[in-house]
Amino acid sequence: METSGTLPGARLERDAWWQRAAPLAALALLVALPPLANACGQEFYIGFASRVLIMGLFATSLNLLVGTGGMVSLGHAAFFGCGAYVVGILATEWPGKGELALLAWPAAMAASAALALLIGAISLRTRGVYFIMITLAFAQMLFYVALTLKAYGGDDGMSLARRSTLPGIDLASDVSFYYVVLTLAAGSLLLSGRLAAARFGRVLLGIKDNEARMESLGYPVYRYKLTAFVISGAFAGLAGALMANQNSFFSPNMMHWEQSGIALVMVILGGLGNLWGGMAGAAVFLVLEEVLAAFTRHWAIGVGAILLAVVFFAPRGIAGLWAQRR
Amino acid sequence: MTVVLFVEQCLNGIQFGLMLFLLAAGLTLVFGVMDLINLAHGSLYMIGAYLTATLTAATGSFLLGLPLAVVATAVIGMALEAGLLRHLYRRDHLSQVLATFALIMIANEATRAIWGVQSLPLNVPDVLSGSVEVLPGVGYPAYRLLIIGVGTLVALALYVLVTRTRMGMLVRAGASNRDMATAMGTDIRRLFTLVFGIGAALCALAGAMLGPLLAVQVGMGENILILAFVVVVIGGIGSVRGAFVGALLVGIVDTFGRAFIPATLRAFAPPALADAAGPSLAAISIYLLMVMVLFWKPQGLFPARG
Amino acid sequence: MKKKLLWLALFAAVSLPAQAADKIKIGFISTLSGPGGVLGAAIRDGFNLALEHSGGKIGGLPVDVIIEDDQQKPDVAKQLADKLTKRDKVDFVTGVVFQNIMQAVEQPVFQAQIPLISANTGPSDLAGEKCNPLFYAVSWVSDSYSEASGRHMSDKGYKNVFVIAPNYPGGKDVVNGFKRYYKGGFAGEVYTKLGQLDYAVELSQLRAAKPDAVFFFLPGGMGVNFIKQYNQAGLGKEFPLVGTGWSFDQDTLAAVGEPTLGALNTAHWNIDLDNAANKKFVADFEKKYNRLPNEFASQGYDAAMLIDAAVRDVKGNVEDKAALRKALEAANFKSVRGAFKFNRNHFPIQNYYLRQVVKDDKGRLVNKTVATIFKDHPDAYVAECKM
Repeated sequence: METSGTLPGARLERDAWWQRAAPLAALALLVALPPLANACGQEFYIGFASRVLIMGLFATSLNLLVGTGGMVSLGHAAFFGCGAYVVGILATEWPGKGELALLAWPAAMAASAALALLIGAISLRTRGVYFIMITLAFAQMLFYVALTLKAYGGDDGMSLARRSTLPGIDLASDVSFYYVVLTLAAGSLLLSGRLAAARFGRVLLGIKDNEARMESLGYPVYRYKLTAFVISGAFAGLAGALMANQNSFFSPNMMHWEQSGIALVMVILGGLGNLWGGMAGAAVFLVLEEVLAAFTRHWAIGVGAILLAVVFFAPRGIAGLWAQRR
Repeated sequence: MTVVLFVEQCLNGIQFGLMLFLLAAGLTLVFGVMDLINLAHGSLYMIGAYLTATLTAATGSFLLGLPLAVVATAVIGMALEAGLLRHLYRRDHLSQVLATFALIMIANEATRAIWGVQSLPLNVPDVLSGSVEVLPGVGYPAYRLLIIGVGTLVALALYVLVTRTRMGMLVRAGASNRDMATAMGTDIRRLFTLVFGIGAALCALAGAMLGPLLAVQVGMGENILILAFVVVVIGGIGSVRGAFVGALLVGIVDTFGRAFIPATLRAFAPPALADAAGPSLAAISIYLLMVMVLFWKPQGLFPARG
Repeated sequence: MKKKLLWLALFAAVSLPAQAADKIKIGFISTLSGPGGVLGAAIRDGFNLALEHSGGKIGGLPVDVIIEDDQQKPDVAKQLADKLTKRDKVDFVTGVVFQNIMQAVEQPVFQAQIPLISANTGPSDLAGEKCNPLFYAVSWVSDSYSEASGRHMSDKGYKNVFVIAPNYPGGKDVVNGFKRYYKGGFAGEVYTKLGQLDYAVELSQLRAAKPDAVFFFLPGGMGVNFIKQYNQAGLGKEFPLVGTGWSFDQDTLAAVGEPTLGALNTAHWNIDLDNAANKKFVADFEKKYNRLPNEFASQGYDAAMLIDAAVRDVKGNVEDKAALRKALEAANFKSVRGAFKFNRNHFPIQNYYLRQVVKDDKGRLVNKTVATIFKDHPDAYVAECKM
């Protein structure tokens, strides 16, 4: 266990000063972004940055599952979508109170966690490819359930009349919303790093390396995995709640398997098991999309080629490249 | 439900199942023998359909366009295997997912660039555009009967290939124990390329046969890919026999779900709810089937690996 | 610091286009790829032809049309709407094909106080309780075509009709419109998954139900497949098929071919409508695109003409929102459907026709107008509009 090189928490302690400074620099840059964008007359990119952070949070939650716990899920969008639907349903059914962020967002996390407990309890009896497929199956089932929710737009999805409300902060403003997202994303990242570095994360990594050994050492493997699954689901739910707010819109497509696939791609692209992997993957993927789309209608070919290059030349993802440069 | 309707829906289910089998057979072999999760399998299906539409238009004959497209797709598949996918066999599944996802993006966009964003016309040949009386007074579309015929023939041919030939023996050995198969022969690389080519050809055949019924358009591969994966997992990874049984199961469950769940719901639920929930429940039935199979047999119905 | 560089590059790239005050910017969000792509392409082609007819200008001013593909995905459309309103700062938004896309687009566009011109979808809520001073539809309310179909099938004396439509809110709306005017009974009502392309299961059910006639609403590629498979199953000879004009537009006729011959359908426009604007439109469209236009193209054409007329009426001063609204409401343009008048909910009051697929003198399949079902027909929702 101690020899495995991808302990994210452990790495931070041994990093050179400039690597320790990097997260702070990134944070400073992100904090400075809205005034910068405003100065250039490009408020649009504030919304875009929120989207990157939210997808980054979603990918980070998946990374905890895949990278640290070795549980490859292709149904993570179920929790993302669940979070969005909880926000949407509360706002529709309970105008006023249901729109309180302090109520709706934790509710979204709780609902997603409960859902994850249910799905995880069954899915974790399988492993490998079968685990991939069974998580996919559950997500697809939820996707079809969402289609039947006629009161919430059915196939079309539904617009939110307005964003959730926070006392003292006007979330309708893209700038304030961005800072709230940034705070939550940074907090989640910090928490995720702590979790991975703690005993819990080390046991998970051990299970990923050799499940049978951990079992024989007396660790309750199933319980550890299920706990990770639930935590990961809860954060995916938070990301979904934020995304519904960012777009003022939610739809069954948020639960579609392609959404799970993209999150998985972001994680692998960014760096499996690397604390920064999810964020880096989401940022690179979405920025690439945006930049290439400005040059060519056929930007997807460019993104595809870059993903292929990552597979062959940067097998540990982008964050992995960064770590190797020491 | 009348007997006639029941027979008709059975035929519909078998027709759909056989087409799924064509896709799943290649997928399960590549998965079982080479241990490659190939998400781009659906792209080969799409390429097969596009080539069929183009070559049919160029030659003026579906019967000429189809075999040409199948061969061309097989060649493309083998080139892809030799040039790129071969280097992924020893990589972990996640790298394979990323790489083949990238291939989907490239294939879809390249198809858009070459053929445009709109779907291509591909029609059922005139001779087959009518219907045939399968039971007294019951017409069934001739083209769908042809699909059933072709699907059955291909399934039989695959059965012979896998159980009666040296290549089939190697493939089975590969699916049950990869290291042993690798140790057995020097031409294992050629075998892999060949298996991949066959898988691609089957994809193209499915794309060509379904093209006139569905639509030749970008994205057609992804929708059916997930179903093919469901079939593979239900049948047991690496098992052609399992893929066959799984495909028919999925085809029939899907068809009967669509045919009878909404009607049944209407009998005891308010119509508005039944109309809304019916189609979704039908779609869910396939996934429920898979979860149930995995619960009961975690390795699928016919596990190839001991 | 790769990320920082990217951001800097991004800012540099996007802050270049300067705001020219004497130029009209139109954001055109449409479905240009996937199964619904033909519809968006038709609207775009009609729109471009109108621009050509107005000398490449809108209201006498140079125009910049930013065309974006929403891929028929609401979340993508939402982001495009944000981009067009906040980054590109367009003066009008138009081009939306589908109702669920409109639903995602309307909020950001209304918030930015930009007029939204629908060249196709007409959601009933925007015609009724949620009607908006910024929203203008040159098309119809989405259940108007099926109202006409219902009236026709009732007049025809059908008593036992089989109905098939996709299972999404738009599909339900259309069937409700049908039921508003069709007074007979039903042999069956089937709702399919949106985007379904294989109808074997439903066709078997249809045959077993033995209806008098079939009414179907399956827009785009779904309808193409349905009609084809309907005939392959030999049902064309047994049960008459009635649909909305959307399933028998000129592009569908070309794609499906012979099986459509003789089919009846309902629409607010046709190539043979006898007015000068329409004759010019049909002739020039064929010359430019080498095919006959369909109703989607006609709506794209009218959308551009409406914007053109309004901008001319306010003398290019599109910032004067009140004047612009008046000008749009006045709709001083020659529509290809004949006289054009907005109701107070900004949806047109217009005729709906029964059309039949026939062969023209060149042997092409075209729609022929055979009857006027509704004359100066307002939609069913205008009473709920408080505007």
